[in-house]
Amino acid sequence: MSAMHASPRKPAEPWNDPAAVPYIRLREVSKAFGPVNAVDRISLDIHRGEFFSLLGPSGCGKTTLLRLLAGFETPTGGVIEIDGTDMSAVPAHRRPVNMMFQSYALFPHMSVAQNIAFGLKQDRLPKADIATRVDEMLGLVQLAKLGDRKPHQLSGGQRQRVALARALAKRPKLLLLDEPLAALDKRLREQTQFELMAVQERLGITFVIVTHDQEEAMTMSSRIAVMDAGHIRQVAPPAEVYEFPNSRYVATFIGDANIFEGRVERAASDSVTIHSAEAGRLFVDRSVASPVDATVWVAVRPEKIAIAAEPPADASVNCVEGTVFDIGYLGDMSIFHVALAGGRRVRVAQANRYRLVDRAITWSDRVWLTWPPGAGVVLLT
Amino acid sequence: MSGPEPRIAYLAGRHAEPTALERLFYRLMAVPAFAALVALADRIGLTRRGAVIAIPYGWLVLFCLLPFLIVLKLSFAEAELAQPPYTPLFDWVDGHFRGIRVNIENYRLLFEDDLYWRSYLNSIRIAFTSTLLALAIGLPMAYGMARAPLAWRTPLLMMVILPFWTSFLIRVYAWIGILKNEGLLNGALMQLGLIDQPLVILNTEIAVHIGIVYSYLPFMILPLYANLEKMDWTLLEAAADLGCRPARAFWTITVPLALPGIVAGCSLVFIPAVGEFVIPDLLGGSDTVMIGKTLWVEFFQNRDWPLSSAVAVLLLLALVLPIVLLQRQRARLEAAR
Ligand SMILES: Nc1ncnc2c1ncn2[C@@H]1O[C@H](COP(=O)(O)OP(=O)(O)OP(=O)(O)O)[C@@H](O)[C@H]1O
Ligand SMILES: [Mg+2]
Repeated sequence: MSAMHASPRKPAEPWNDPAAVPYIRLREVSKAFGPVNAVDRISLDIHRGEFFSLLGPSGCGKTTLLRLLAGFETPTGGVIEIDGTDMSAVPAHRRPVNMMFQSYALFPHMSVAQNIAFGLKQDRLPKADIATRVDEMLGLVQLAKLGDRKPHQLSGGQRQRVALARALAKRPKLLLLDEPLAALDKRLREQTQFELMAVQERLGITFVIVTHDQEEAMTMSSRIAVMDAGHIRQVAPPAEVYEFPNSRYVATFIGDANIFEGRVERAASDSVTIHSAEAGRLFVDRSVASPVDATVWVAVRPEKIAIAAEPPADASVNCVEGTVFDIGYLGDMSIFHVALAGGRRVRVAQANRYRLVDRAITWSDRVWLTWPPGAGVVLLT
Repeated sequence: MSGPEPRIAYLAGRHAEPTALERLFYRLMAVPAFAALVALADRIGLTRRGAVIAIPYGWLVLFCLLPFLIVLKLSFAEAELAQPPYTPLFDWVDGHFRGIRVNIENYRLLFEDDLYWRSYLNSIRIAFTSTLLALAIGLPMAYGMARAPLAWRTPLLMMVILPFWTSFLIRVYAWIGILKNEGLLNGALMQLGLIDQPLVILNTEIAVHIGIVYSYLPFMILPLYANLEKMDWTLLEAAADLGCRPARAFWTITVPLALPGIVAGCSLVFIPAVGEFVIPDLLGGSDTVMIGKTLWVEFFQNRDWPLSSAVAVLLLLALVLPIVLLQRQRARLEAAR
């Protein structure tokens, strides 16, 4: 490279840069356990320094995908490349990867400090270096006083933190975390999330993390992959997954969504009008690749719907009428369950902006729900 | 205190239906003899929990301690050409007690005559090397069994136990046919042209080692397998993940976690191997002196019951000591878990 080109600023979104070389490449990777396709022809690129989250229901193949990357399972099909090297002939102990196990897999006969030092010892680091790194890691996961304990003398959350520290200790290029924070209380979880993000920024580690906590995935991830029965349904940054889900499955799996079925009435270059039997005329301000009369679905997030006791001026589009049959009070929000004329129920979330003494809208009230053209998303599947 | 009566039976002091065992107990208590026995047990502080523990202790007293005391008593007697062939320890004449005649000549002889010393040391040495060999063979076998697919494990286990269905004596005897100069092994090796002179194995220490390892291998494999079968194999994955080569992971993870099984297997092989008589007698030569064989010669050929009893007592002490040490070690390991 010539000196004329000052190092170009790394694009913030390497996955949108066709010239970027991904750090991990999965090509049509499959793993079958007998008749079960735990991972089914997955193709995926993950870039250096990403914080990549895998989300999906239990048993959809998240752990299996991590185990394929770590080298504990051999794929029944496809190719896995890490840093440009085909991993099929590289055994687990030679991969530049560390994994934190869902079951922690702490060595029961070693103390916490010995567990954390184990990986460093394999690299034959000097004793003093190992000791400082172990102390650093113990501090990071707030277990400084428990270095001499055995795993069985720890609580579940403490064990989880030891497993995390052990995986982090070697500062691998790629860190695989299988539900790393599931057993921690909210405060500790938020702190550890923060620490993880700091570590990632400082050391430039690429993270692939499995989580069931959507909030966690939203706040930490560069991108989220939503999985379903061995397939990846959508890969996108958190905001995109939330605002533009590509299917009913993703829309309902990530967050909450009201879904109305309908037929395309008019498809313009910048908008689409849909007629729904249960919700009347729906208008969305984005074009859709679907012919007139095709069946589509419109997803509307509960917090994007406004609720009022009076009919709006224009009730012809994006407006449904119903009765409140349940109200859930969540502190910061109230969730209104509204029954439409056809029996269909719609959820509406409203921020509680005033102290709740008397509700303006209460049980059995007749209400009108409206939302702007920019609230709904048209889904083809 | 007054108030509404508690609804729940145990709060009201009313117990639920007695169990079958309790009903049996109450019925037995109606029998005066049984009631007296229970009262007595109560007097000496024996609770029902204590009674449960008392059963194995009773067994030990009856079948280990008593025979040992008899042998111990015999070891202080003198050999005699009579029936039984020893002098009594307690001297009774015409129904009058005349004192105890303790004879420590037997023990003195054991310490003076180096035949006994040599056979003790020989036995321990042979048992020790055989135990190591059995461990070296048994550990990979147990490991392989524990990692085999679930459906294979029971058949493999059966194959380990199967030899027990044939008499021990016959199996050891069969080794003579294999190991002798014109036996199966030498025949096969000569046929293959690997040797042109038969190897002399039978009637040497090598044959004794082969016999012991062969006979006691299942006792090594079974506790090892029981231990390894419970092993969490993701620990080995975790070790590999942290950059540990499989061989190293075996030594740093598998072996330490299998230690209780290794200790149990080694004791089960070492202890009976020290006192082994049949194997050195059938497979060993005249120069392979083991304590079991010495004992047999003293007892049946020389008919010196007191001397052989002394040999047995010392053998027992020599074995109990390491067991107690091992047991302590194991308790420490368990506590460290
Ligand atoms: N060793 C195995 N043998 C047979 N089937 C397996 C094995 N491991 C996983 N599976 C199956 O593969 C599928 C995916 O399992 P996996 O552990 O990857 O799920 P997961 O997404 O991690 O679920 P969870 O969120 O509950 O941890 C499941 O149906 C599971 O039963
Ligand atoms: Mg999992």
